[in-house]
Amino acid sequence: MAKTAAKPKAGEPGSRKAGDNSATAEELKKYYHDMLLIRRFEERAGQLYGMGLIGGFCHLYIGQEAVVVGMQATIDSAKDAVITSYRDHGHMLATGMEPRGVMAELTGRATGYSKGKGGSMHMFSRERNFYGGHGIVGAQVPIGTGLAFAHKYNDSKNVSLTYFGDGSANQGQVYEAMNMAALWKLPVVYVIENNKYGMGTSVERASAISDLYRHGEAFGIPGEQVDGMDVLAVKAAGEKAVEHARSGKGPYILEMLTYRYRGHSMSDPGKYRSKEEVDKMRTERDPIERLKKIMADKGVLDEASLKALDGEVRKVVADAAEFATNSPEPDPAELWTDVLVDSRPPAAA
Amino acid sequence: MSIQILMPALSPTMTEGKLAKWHVKEGDKITSGQVICEIETDKATMEVEAVDEGVIGKILVAEGTEAVQVNAPIAILVEEGEAVPATPAAPTPAAAPQPQSEPDGDAARPEPPPASQPAVLTQPAAATQLSAVPAEPEWTGPTVKVTVREALRDAMAEEMRRDPTVFLMGEEVAEYQGAYKVSQGLLDEFGARRVIDTPITEHGFAGLGVGAAFGGLRPIVEFMTFNFAMQAIDQIINSAAKTLYMSGGQMGCPIVFRGPNGAASRVAAQHSQCYASWYAHCPGLKVLAPWSAADAKGLMKAAIRDPNPVIFLENELLYGQSFEVPQTDDFVLPIGRAKIERPGKDVTITAFSIMVGKALQAAEELAKEGIDAEVINLRSIRPLDTETIVNSVKKTNRLVSVEEGWPFAGIGSELAALMMDQAFDWLDAPVKRVAGLDIPLPYAANLEKMALPQAPDIVAAAKAVCYR
Repeated sequence: MAKTAAKPKAGEPGSRKAGDNSATAEELKKYYHDMLLIRRFEERAGQLYGMGLIGGFCHLYIGQEAVVVGMQATIDSAKDAVITSYRDHGHMLATGMEPRGVMAELTGRATGYSKGKGGSMHMFSRERNFYGGHGIVGAQVPIGTGLAFAHKYNDSKNVSLTYFGDGSANQGQVYEAMNMAALWKLPVVYVIENNKYGMGTSVERASAISDLYRHGEAFGIPGEQVDGMDVLAVKAAGEKAVEHARSGKGPYILEMLTYRYRGHSMSDPGKYRSKEEVDKMRTERDPIERLKKIMADKGVLDEASLKALDGEVRKVVADAAEFATNSPEPDPAELWTDVLVDSRPPAAA
Repeated sequence: MSIQILMPALSPTMTEGKLAKWHVKEGDKITSGQVICEIETDKATMEVEAVDEGVIGKILVAEGTEAVQVNAPIAILVEEGEAVPATPAAPTPAAAPQPQSEPDGDAARPEPPPASQPAVLTQPAAATQLSAVPAEPEWTGPTVKVTVREALRDAMAEEMRRDPTVFLMGEEVAEYQGAYKVSQGLLDEFGARRVIDTPITEHGFAGLGVGAAFGGLRPIVEFMTFNFAMQAIDQIINSAAKTLYMSGGQMGCPIVFRGPNGAASRVAAQHSQCYASWYAHCPGLKVLAPWSAADAKGLMKAAIRDPNPVIFLENELLYGQSFEVPQTDDFVLPIGRAKIERPGKDVTITAFSIMVGKALQAAEELAKEGIDAEVINLRSIRPLDTETIVNSVKKTNRLVSVEEGWPFAGIGSELAALMMDQAFDWLDAPVKRVAGLDIPLPYAANLEKMALPQAPDIVAAAKAVCYR
């Protein structure tokens, strides 16, 4: 049965008290760096979109950084699989994919992770165990469950972190996958990033049970609601969930209460929520500011080091943007490649 | 160094907008993510956030200004203490790239490369180039008569013995031994780890299979019938077929989706549909439709070994039919080769799956009337062996296409287009399509029979193109 953990509001203490953390100074510094990198990267992506350098759909992760950074800290990135929806830039950076390659894919260049053929919503890295980047709402959930199936089939003890949003949480295939995951005890952690709105429809207007961590109850999947604006709370809950899955007990659901500051996509005017609501989240609950304060309280990083780290991140992002702007478009011959894998056996066995 | 803040686009189609409001003034210090102004188009109002930090040195476009062009400088950002440059520097950002050539017809497009290229192949159109497809193995050894059902089972069992990453999943494949007994005995031999009964959730288990394939396994996903795969078609097309391309070649999906396709017997419209043209339409898939037990075995083995997603269309009425099959556990047919089942010189009849049998019956009838028909078993719908078909038509000058599915945008339509492209000058008569009637399949025995192509329909079509 679902464990009904104390129900925190977004930005309020979750299963740990804010500031109570077991992370080392190095870890804290890394989380801060990774969240800041995502924030600055996304701001730059938004700018490049505004300049017409990025086309199509572009869904920014600004505001939700603590979720993916906290969760990534709980897995073995060399072995465990990560998969998500189309709001995927943050996940790619968190798994260690190169900012240059990600940004160049956004601008549709040959040097992008998908050679310019996937775009914002469709990027992958086998090397970093990142399985996409999926554009169809909810489709990544059965696929992520299938990755967990492969882990179990191979008896590898690896887990699959399958992220999806509150919008996906009503898709039929999500429940088909949850049923099989529970039935076969597959090592998958479902991370629901509840940013309160599926495009312009609030969770309350879309889900009969708006406590999404309870959505696995019909299958006996334990669930927990977590303050997704607190990287340490995310990490603490994530560790427990990952351990549960890895030890053979089956799937686990984490509902991350989070918030996206920007629109659903770049062309979202945001009429469905008030400016006050957005401002309040930004000023009172920001995950980066929050961690900064924790670090200051602990004396982990002084103002000068913070500034240096900030400058370093800016440099990386500026470099990625420049690389993405100056890289060539794909060669026309790329039109025809990668449609099928050559079925002939490799020359050398 | 000063930075120009440019008028942003809210969408790829926006070219200009109104600068509705400034939230900052000259001399203000701003930080990344801070809202600096609002812009308005006919569709929406949006806030613009600063990307860079600095001090607003100069506002170049006053609030309330209409029709500000996208990418026009609207303000200058300077570092603290830095003077505002007198004349704005040349815009730093590069403009969005223009397409290298306007897509004005096929001439401007790069030619598809020959299929004999490199590691990750390029199968441009859905056509095969026979030179790139291995020849069909000539079998001179002993053969054994088996049913299509047994041939499919044997193929799966042999491949499961050969490769431990191959597994079978689907509804009733394990303990029930298969809804149509195709997987009989597999659970006993391979156990519940590799022969897996699923709940009745086609969309879910098709997607789960795709994930397992991304994760390094080789799933065989059985649909009790292909009618139910409509529930799963998003995962088949959007996930299995397109991901290799969208990942720039990283994420291959070696998976077989198999099950009976087309009409069975008196099961009415929802359980009687041919999906050949649906799947054949989609790049990134291979689509096979065997007729004989040898086809079934050789192509199933090829499908399982293929590194791409393969749609394997079986036929319930063929499961019990027996054919001679080479007695070996290494009989693999090349994907992309049609088979001339009956050579002839007067008219070419193409068919696949159960219709091959009807076409052969028709050919016997035609022979009695002095018409020598060549019957081609397509077997592989995508890639299609266009060379064998075209060569045959160059000999007979006439083509009749037979399929059980609906005529509109069907396989026959594709063959008619192929003839226009590649055999126009050789045709002595218009291509004739024999297809299922353009209606949902009725239940009543007489109506069902009338709705599906029968040998006499094929005879009539062949005679028509022979002007007899």
